[in-house]
Amino acid sequence: MNAEYRKDLFADERSDDFDVVGKPVLRQDIMGHVTGRSKFYDDHAFDGLLHMRCVRSPHHHARIRSVDSSAAERQDGVVRVLGGRDVPVNTNTLLSLINFGRDDEPLLATDKVSYVGQPVLAIVATSVRAAQEAVDAVNVDYEELPHVLDVEKALKPEAPIVNDEYPNNTFDYFDTYDHQKLRFGDVETAFSRADHIVGGEYQMSPIEQAPIETCGAIAAPETNDRITVHTSTQALFFSVGVTAKQLDISSARLHFIGGTVGGGFGGKVDSHHEPLAALACLATGRPVKYMWDRAEEMQVGGPRGGERWRIKDGVMRDGRIIARAFTGFFDAGAYTRLSSYAVQKSTGHLPGPYSIPNVASNVYCVFTNRTPSTAMRGFGITAADFAIERHMDKVARAVGMDPIELRILNAYRDGDMKAHRREAKNCALIESCQAVAQKTGWSLSGDAARASSKTGGGEGALGVIPATVTDDEGRIGERRRSGLAPEPFSGKGTRGLLPEGHSSNNSSAFGNAPQRKDMEAEVERLGFKGATGVPATLQEPADEATSSARPTVPRETAQTTHPAGARGGPSLPAAYTQRPASTINQPIAQPPAQASGTPAAQQPVTPPAAAETESETATTHFQRGVRRPGVSRFISGSRRR
Amino acid sequence: MKSPVTFTLNGSESAVFVDSGANLLDVLRRGCGDLSPKYGCGQGSCGACTVLIDGEPHVSCLVLAETVAGRSVETTGGLASGPDLHPLQRAFIDGFAAQCGYCTPGMLMAAKALLDRNPSPTRSEVEEAISGNLCRCTGYEPIIDAILEAAKQRGAA
Amino acid sequence: MLEVETYPTVGEAANAMDDQARFLGGGTLIMNRVNYGDRRFNRIVRTTDASLSEIRAEGDRLEVGAGVTMASIMASRDLEFLSSAARAVGGPAIRNMASVGGNLMAPHPYGDMAVALLALDAVVRMVRGEELSLEDFLARRNGVVRSLLIRRPQGDEFRFRKVSRVKPKGVSVMSMAAHLTRSAGRLSGVRIAYGAMAPTPVRVRAVENALEGVSLDHAGIAAALSAATEGLDPPDDPIASGWYRREVAPVHLRRLLLGEDAR
Repeated sequence: MNAEYRKDLFADERSDDFDVVGKPVLRQDIMGHVTGRSKFYDDHAFDGLLHMRCVRSPHHHARIRSVDSSAAERQDGVVRVLGGRDVPVNTNTLLSLINFGRDDEPLLATDKVSYVGQPVLAIVATSVRAAQEAVDAVNVDYEELPHVLDVEKALKPEAPIVNDEYPNNTFDYFDTYDHQKLRFGDVETAFSRADHIVGGEYQMSPIEQAPIETCGAIAAPETNDRITVHTSTQALFFSVGVTAKQLDISSARLHFIGGTVGGGFGGKVDSHHEPLAALACLATGRPVKYMWDRAEEMQVGGPRGGERWRIKDGVMRDGRIIARAFTGFFDAGAYTRLSSYAVQKSTGHLPGPYSIPNVASNVYCVFTNRTPSTAMRGFGITAADFAIERHMDKVARAVGMDPIELRILNAYRDGDMKAHRREAKNCALIESCQAVAQKTGWSLSGDAARASSKTGGGEGALGVIPATVTDDEGRIGERRRSGLAPEPFSGKGTRGLLPEGHSSNNSSAFGNAPQRKDMEAEVERLGFKGATGVPATLQEPADEATSSARPTVPRETAQTTHPAGARGGPSLPAAYTQRPASTINQPIAQPPAQASGTPAAQQPVTPPAAAETESETATTHFQRGVRRPGVSRFISGSRRR
Repeated sequence: MKSPVTFTLNGSESAVFVDSGANLLDVLRRGCGDLSPKYGCGQGSCGACTVLIDGEPHVSCLVLAETVAGRSVETTGGLASGPDLHPLQRAFIDGFAAQCGYCTPGMLMAAKALLDRNPSPTRSEVEEAISGNLCRCTGYEPIIDAILEAAKQRGAA
Repeated sequence: MLEVETYPTVGEAANAMDDQARFLGGGTLIMNRVNYGDRRFNRIVRTTDASLSEIRAEGDRLEVGAGVTMASIMASRDLEFLSSAARAVGGPAIRNMASVGGNLMAPHPYGDMAVALLALDAVVRMVRGEELSLEDFLARRNGVVRSLLIRRPQGDEFRFRKVSRVKPKGVSVMSMAAHLTRSAGRLSGVRIAYGAMAPTPVRVRAVENALEGVSLDHAGIAAALSAATEGLDPPDDPIASGWYRREVAPVHLRRLLLGEDAR
């Protein structure tokens, strides 16, 4: 093992007394793997095992007029036919277990189908063949509906509604916006000062995780009125929670066994097999296996979602990027699953590992009539990074600069302020670039070769949270009415300005109260005796009328301007080892007066004082348990991510 | 309709009733209780169900079970002799040639077929021998290395 | 439910066939359909007839039983010219099972061996002795095949090439075979066949005609390359789009004809 690690870079960060790294350590499961004795979910034998197959939608989008399964029910070997009405809590969203998003996906479709392959009925039979034959004997009368398969077409006002829970075809962020925003500095002003504007569009197609072991679960009756579930899941406690919720039974009755997974890569977090198998087990009193075949794995298994990114950079002649705006579209497919989270994850990653003092992004989680997408290895980051790095090359060409030197020039350094308002630490992009150049025989200029992540970081404007222009474009429902352009600052929304501030924990200035709600202790359930004034109830997902009354960016503070004098100085040529940022951010002018025509109901308000008590650490706790209509009363334990 | 089939499984006589049209993979797993061959695709694409029939590799999901009557079937379940691992198993352990482990039994049988016929294969012969076996954790390099190492160990023994 | 019927001779098996039955050869096609619950048939007919696995000389032709596997072809000295095409089919396990007769029935984009046999102008001998050209057989694809009759190509006049994205084993983007007969130093009466470029393996008459009387070099084959996909409408599938197949076909045809980059 010749793992190379740079003690010169990480002397302060890592202990030098490693006794594991660099030496082979046998995997604890390897003996089972080479003898064929590792127990994957399907490696459990049960007497009288029943098999489940699903009746699936042949259409992208259709209303279900009627379902006739009478012939199927009479067929040899058929034990039970299950439909959506047999599922105690048929509608769910995966992240409801952490109170993120609204229940939007039926386990078995009842009223309409929204993607090809969506399950409508589950048939339980004594053999796979009998179940397959029964599936063929079911007659579903569909009324085809118009469908949309492209993210941007789905954002048009006239697009068909894919997901009735989200009629705008977008996931709703903070019950306020139809996209996830990032605002840092003032990209518009910076664009106007840039020497070059470089735009680009990048796209990544959906990718199937394609584990060799297909997804599935076996549920079997156990003594003490419990159900044992052997599952391929990658997220065992997620699956327990989802199953308890959808079957509306205590999770104490569910004995889940998993962990030996035949390849997951993200595709085994969706928890659809366990509730169906367990439901069928309850309904028949017999062990039931629900296992996808390869064709289902490819067609119905949630892939990494397709993504489209547009990037616009403002670049100075010397290669410094002073502004970067993103518009991103995540194709969630027909239901949310984890795409809402992927959008937030990608937003937290922007603008890539570069110190850019003005960043704005609008990222949409879009519903289309495609297979719902889900997790896959770095989802939320992979396509964004692909876009960013291709765009860095494009910028390098635009300014006639070596692409590696461009990256070194713009790279984060220790102490720089990132767009998500955290200080960069332990940066190593510069050193990585230098190592790549060295290993590939790529020659770097002296400045680039001498640059270091440890020097020049956080200087001037690059070390602070800049005064930030905000807008309220993209409020839920607006786009449906008027088809607003999706790019940051491209609409006519009301502008605001947040003052400059050094504190990376100054989150109160950004009004993310709805997000913090998730983190609050549930007082009456836990008997939490901490700070008073914690909102004790969780509101139902707000509809459009109430959503606009939810806390948002407090623009009352927006009138503050700040002198840039502290960072003032003459415009200097770029030096790699010192990056005077004086030319990067000019003082931001007074924001435009608030549009007088904005209806009062649309006015954002400051978060309630209760959510902003002084003792923030005392009031901000992980919420324990789940209290939502539709969530099993019996889910036990805390859920953390 | 079930019919009886008798064959040799890992050196022992095995008799089992098979459903009409059942494939060998299902019969080995459900009928004989040998869970070492795995289902991955049911169409011969992945090789996870590879077993040896009369010494030659076959994808058991595409073998009509009754066609093995009177023949000899070998699986990974019978690769070790008692507590003594086969050199391939040893080499897979030492060479970290398994990650999730799901493709491993098929890989081992494809490799065994090769080494039984060709005790000192070249790297490209190894690649060819496992070309019908997919590994999605993409550990092909350690698998190839392990097979070559097993050949070396066997030659030395 | 499914029934399996086993007959001692291929003749009896053929008599048992009807439209609810499928003839089981190596199993790689039929068992796949069984596993996926294909309800277009409810009977599997098979035979234990050993004659189907024979390879024997018949006059100046070789008779290859329909049950001869790809692995047997690779092991046969007489059929060495077909070794590259046999090796193009699946991995070792599939080649131990897949038969020549079955390959004639393989759906798009499979059937690489049939492409080679088309270029060799193989004759299909049916169970009852009837003989027809492989091209005619592929047009209707029914009946039970007893064997194929193949004339051995001379020297290097037979070429085969499979294009796939994954090495060493992958599904065909396309496969191509050429039988490059010459007369007085110029090509004459050549046969060209493609796989995965149409619903079944096909002869490509436009290319064959453009090669008539030319010399086998860059200049000579230019017209054939520009006619590479004339009259074809290559299918879209997960392996490649029809557009892509059309675009790259001339490149691979050139490599095939000139023996470039022979893999």
